[in-house]
Amino acid sequence: MKISTKICTSKVFNFNSYYTSSHNKYKNFFFILLFLILLISVLFIFSLSWSSYDESKKFEKVKLVNIYNLPEVIIKSGTPTKPRNVHCTHWNCFNIYKCGHSAFDRISVYVYPLKKYVDEDGVPATELMSKEYYQLLEAVINSKYYTANPNKACILIPSIDTLNQGRLRSNLTSKALNSLPHWNGGENHLIFNLISGSSPDFAPVVELDIGNALLAGAGFDTYSFREGFDIPLPLYSPVAHLGKVDHIQRNRTWLITSSQININPHFLNELQKLSYQHRNQIQILDACAGIGNYTQRCDVSSESEHAYPQLLQESTFCMVFRGERMAQFALLEALAANCIPIFVIDGAVLPFKNVIDWKHSAIFVMEDYLGTVIDVVSTISSKRVRELQSSVKFIYDKYFSSIEKIVITSLDVVQDRIYPQWRKVYDQTNLVRREDNSNPLFFPITAPKSHGFTAVILTYDRIESLFTLIERLSKVPSLMKVLVVWNNQKKSPPPLSEFPAILKPIRLIRTKENKLSNRFLPFKEIETEAVLHIDDDIVMLTSDEVEFAYEVWREFPDRIVGFPSRMHKWDNITSTWKYESEWTNEISMVLTGAAFLHKYWSYLYTKGMPSNLKDWVDDHMNCEDIAMNFLVANATNKPPIKVTPRKKFKCPECINNEMLSADLGHMVERTQCINRFTKAFGRMPLKSVEFRADPVLFKDPFPEKLKRFNDIGSL
Amino acid sequence: MKMQAKRRYLLVFTCCAFLAFWYFGGYRLQRVPELPSPKEILSEFVNLNTIQTGYLVGARERTHLPINNKIRCRMETCFDFTKCEKEFTVYVYPQEESRVPSPSYQKLLNVVMESRYYTTDPQKACLFILSTDTLDRDRLSNDYVRNMQTRLQRLPHWNNGLNHVIFNLYSGTWPNYTENDLDFDFGKAILAKASMSENHIRPGFDISIPLFHKTHSEKGGDPGSVLSNNFPLEKTYLLAFKGKRYVHGIGSDTRNSLYHLHNQKDMIMVTTCKHGKSWKEMKDDRCDEDNREYDKYDYETLLQNSTFCLVPRGRRLGSFRFLEALQAGCIPVLLSNSWALPFSEVIDWNKAVVWADERLLLQVPHVVRSLPASKILQLRQQTQVLWDRYFSSIEKIVCTTLEIIRERLPKQPVRDGLVWNNFPGALVTLSTFSDAKEDFPFHVEENANDGFTAVIYCQLGIPLTNVSPLYKLVNYVGRSKYLAKIVIVWSNEKKPPSRYRWPGLAPHVPLHIVQPGFSKEGTEQLKSSISQRFYPHPEINTTAVLSLDEDSVLTTDEVDFAFVVWKQFPERIVGYPARSHYWDDSKSTWGYTSKWTNDYSIVLTGAAFYHRYYNYLYTDWLSPLLHKTVEQSQNCEDILMNFLVSHVTRRPPIKVTQRKQYKEQPSAGSWSPWNDPDHFIQRQTCLNTFAAVFGYMPLIRSNLRLDPVLFKDPVSNRRKKYRRIELVGS
Repeated sequence: MKISTKICTSKVFNFNSYYTSSHNKYKNFFFILLFLILLISVLFIFSLSWSSYDESKKFEKVKLVNIYNLPEVIIKSGTPTKPRNVHCTHWNCFNIYKCGHSAFDRISVYVYPLKKYVDEDGVPATELMSKEYYQLLEAVINSKYYTANPNKACILIPSIDTLNQGRLRSNLTSKALNSLPHWNGGENHLIFNLISGSSPDFAPVVELDIGNALLAGAGFDTYSFREGFDIPLPLYSPVAHLGKVDHIQRNRTWLITSSQININPHFLNELQKLSYQHRNQIQILDACAGIGNYTQRCDVSSESEHAYPQLLQESTFCMVFRGERMAQFALLEALAANCIPIFVIDGAVLPFKNVIDWKHSAIFVMEDYLGTVIDVVSTISSKRVRELQSSVKFIYDKYFSSIEKIVITSLDVVQDRIYPQWRKVYDQTNLVRREDNSNPLFFPITAPKSHGFTAVILTYDRIESLFTLIERLSKVPSLMKVLVVWNNQKKSPPPLSEFPAILKPIRLIRTKENKLSNRFLPFKEIETEAVLHIDDDIVMLTSDEVEFAYEVWREFPDRIVGFPSRMHKWDNITSTWKYESEWTNEISMVLTGAAFLHKYWSYLYTKGMPSNLKDWVDDHMNCEDIAMNFLVANATNKPPIKVTPRKKFKCPECINNEMLSADLGHMVERTQCINRFTKAFGRMPLKSVEFRADPVLFKDPFPEKLKRFNDIGSL
Repeated sequence: MKMQAKRRYLLVFTCCAFLAFWYFGGYRLQRVPELPSPKEILSEFVNLNTIQTGYLVGARERTHLPINNKIRCRMETCFDFTKCEKEFTVYVYPQEESRVPSPSYQKLLNVVMESRYYTTDPQKACLFILSTDTLDRDRLSNDYVRNMQTRLQRLPHWNNGLNHVIFNLYSGTWPNYTENDLDFDFGKAILAKASMSENHIRPGFDISIPLFHKTHSEKGGDPGSVLSNNFPLEKTYLLAFKGKRYVHGIGSDTRNSLYHLHNQKDMIMVTTCKHGKSWKEMKDDRCDEDNREYDKYDYETLLQNSTFCLVPRGRRLGSFRFLEALQAGCIPVLLSNSWALPFSEVIDWNKAVVWADERLLLQVPHVVRSLPASKILQLRQQTQVLWDRYFSSIEKIVCTTLEIIRERLPKQPVRDGLVWNNFPGALVTLSTFSDAKEDFPFHVEENANDGFTAVIYCQLGIPLTNVSPLYKLVNYVGRSKYLAKIVIVWSNEKKPPSRYRWPGLAPHVPLHIVQPGFSKEGTEQLKSSISQRFYPHPEINTTAVLSLDEDSVLTTDEVDFAFVVWKQFPERIVGYPARSHYWDDSKSTWGYTSKWTNDYSIVLTGAAFYHRYYNYLYTDWLSPLLHKTVEQSQNCEDILMNFLVSHVTRRPPIKVTQRKQYKEQPSAGSWSPWNDPDHFIQRQTCLNTFAAVFGYMPLIRSNLRLDPVLFKDPVSNRRKKYRRIELVGS
């Protein structure tokens, strides 16, 4: 809509300038003009009718301009207010019925238009909006949660800057809040506050009459925090970014740094005692005498000056003490500098504690046990320090590095409360990708034998060998069903009556296109967990071998378990990966021409595979088996398992020999596949192993009759 | 004139065009001289140079002084840490003879008293547990103990509940079922209580536990019902519930309205009003119809054949149904607003349950139908992980409670959520072993490349000559390129052979002789016992341990190959001599066999690799009862190790290649424990004792062995890496 008007207007403009220079060519212009005007009026009518369809069009997106020239609202002195309800929970104060207007299982958030609130004498309730609150509102408005329609909003955010209690007149601000048009006792309103209370008591929550509103605040203690209702925020430090490190530095000069200004003398005393005992391990800093400069710190003993927060980059651990408020700027400053925080704050409610597992990124010492801090820290192994450091970097980058991230995380918390079924799990919110073992089949079980397996045979037109294969497979005891995937659109498959008569059901599926990926479609006809993917020309496997492979798969149901194996190798000369089909001592792939796979992998291949890779495979009629090996290895970090001795397979790479002419070119392409997939996955997930699986009594001098699998390994 | 008219038209059109232009796009022009973004000129919300960041003085300096013990308790204010400085120990008050606790509480006490934290000395205790049954505090119950208050006052160490843990399943009574009404003042005691709500639980202090049946296993526990991870999960029903409803009173609304969801097809919601004697007087209009539907469905069938199971609140927030659904792998859909789920301090329940809101009952079908099959696969597996690791027995529930408290103490190593929420779970991941995840055999990406330590256990003390098995063994093992160190555990009365008699080793491979009973000064006196072979000797500093007997026979190729395989399965025992267990129906006992069979469940530690963490677990974590069995028989330590590893991993061990005879046949007449006829019977007895102490049979069978890729393949021997293995035979 907007774009089209823009084009029209520019055209009009051009014409006008042209018109002044030339008088003779009106005739053409006359028609052009007529056309333009018609177009404009049509657009105008269209836009009118459109806006009446979409109610949200009536509500304008809040504009964040003219911050100096806001409409004034006079607050009447008699406006009633309701104090913050300390008994609020999500279940009794939050109106859940206001949510759910959006179709995407997503909360919608409304922001009040910007106004200036003054009392009857014209004195404003708050100072001019702070940069941070401006950014906060901007982040909300640009987020996916924003709605311009207050009637459809689940959460409402006042545009009164309440971040710092010191910048507002509590009484008047309370009245301003209570006079908001949709206030309704504060229901579903979200108030942001970073600095609460004032001297000498420093209340842990902002002293405003916010009724039933939710409070996103820094500095809660466990007594003032309303569990499951309030949102604990970090205290944003405007200077934290100055000390930010991009890469994790392993070696740091100091073990522990305490740089918070004016800490409790009791803490200072304990620290100094420790620093005498452990020289060159603890650095204690405070504000420099005389000058009130936050970005300058002086060593308590040597009085040397240091630039803050950059100095934190020199320390492995950073102390975060309880000050007169719970929340400390030092926390984000330490996290930015990749300094592992040591919390010495009894009873603190840590920022985003429902999202972040602080045990994964920080150390805790109780206030009374500050003296043990060196003992605690020195028992931490260097491996653990590395884990903590990468976790600190992860959470800082993900949740704390900007006002925007802090605000969006807060809204995510509310979102998760209202749509708990879409909540992220621990591993997604806390773990660096490296730690996140995303194996989708993570519960260790041996699959039940009784369920059996389904054989999926991809076939084109080799009916004779297909029938031989089906007959052979029918002798495998655990076979449950045969699924023939007929990949030939030009020719009809033979009727089921001509298929070999076997005791197990045969299902025939005709595909619409001759794609290799069709073999991995998660057909609903597959009712078993185990799927034997087999080419129509693999007729040399004995039923003992197939049954044994199924037994092996049962013990490793998350892996590819099969017969023909291949290797990938690093070629030092070309600096690329190479495909290897020679008989080697190692294997890293098992081809899906004869392999057992969990049905989940078929689903993942179809749904979760990067689509460009899948298309590439289908276009080139090659490498679908390599792609599957990459996919499974990438998800599980485990190598496949080859079963039983090597067989003379009829070159399983060369399926459909007639179509794929040059055998050599085919192999070259497979090498290219490996390199292409490595790039697409961002790493080489394949792992090579030097073993294969055999029956326990394989080749043993033992009566063959007593062996469960004896027809194994014949060529 | 014509021209004029045209010009006039044109003028009108131009005007119109301008008007239109202004109307649609004009405001854009106004914005052209853009003001600098407010972000650049607005001031920050705080002036860091002037903000006070000091400390509190006066009354609130030591904040959080308890005003009312019940509400304001935190670990810092209501717990005496000085009692726990040395060790984490738990004391149980002696039982009063007159009163027998309920079976559930008796089991709970048994478990505590068998645990490794138990102490009989109240002076050394960190935690105290009452012997008086506090599980059921509903005054109308049979198990309700009267005069609790006076009983508490008589306890010598009560001290207003300081450092006490009170276990409770039911609190409050009809009609209000007040949540924190235990009918006595529990003061500063930590509540480990079922059905707690987010609003009453004292954060970081109380612990929510699950409601469990009287029949809940004391140890071991029933396995979860999920045997396969079929995908997509296709069950007869999507969501099911069968239970009573209360018609009137607290918590009744939720269950009373469930019938709205009942569709007789994939959503089965059946309730009955029948309970108590006088249900007919209270019944409402729907009761008769509901009762008819109720009888059509079987509870157990619904549980096993439904993808999701509704867990609505009853009178109290929690219900038995929660654990039942978890065990059945039926994903719980919670309809119990504000319930603090069991152990939610450490367990991320998002991985295993679906939350619904009592206020949005009619949304429940939408919620469960919108979850994708892959999410269901995850949730369902996690129900089994959690059931199996923390809930299947009273032992696990109690241990989890104690572990949570232990981790809160100062200087105690903590485990983060990664350990708690992933298999094999926190109860078998001892943070006292290491704080780094990569030191454990689980969650490993890249395997350590530090080689292995060969630990040779010498029980017989056969003199060392060039032909003795021990000499040959050291010689062969010494040639492995992965060998980092040899540790000889010399556990017999004879003098160990002097240094120069050992075969020569590579210069970087040291050989240590450890003599239990002759330990160095200052270190703990080590008892000479068979368990010494699994002691975490400080000399062992590689991740892999190759455990050997002095008369084991292995070639260098075999050692190398087994090590390479072990690196792929660091959490399992990988080795040569395989044995099996079987259930002997005629005697109703477990049997042990060393015959050649098609499968195996034990790999003996006479020639096997395992992760050194298992040495630590074996020595520090196993119940003293198990150690006693091994000490008394001086046998079965290898079976116990297999029990332990299978218990932790839920996987069978791995046998490599053909070798089955791993010892030289003892020459006739010489004594060896292995040709003692009692030896075998003893092992069978051990097997049954271990199964009893574990509470179940953890051993799992395997059908396969692992061979080198080209093992006995018809290719040139020169191409094979482990060609000597083929000469070994069985």
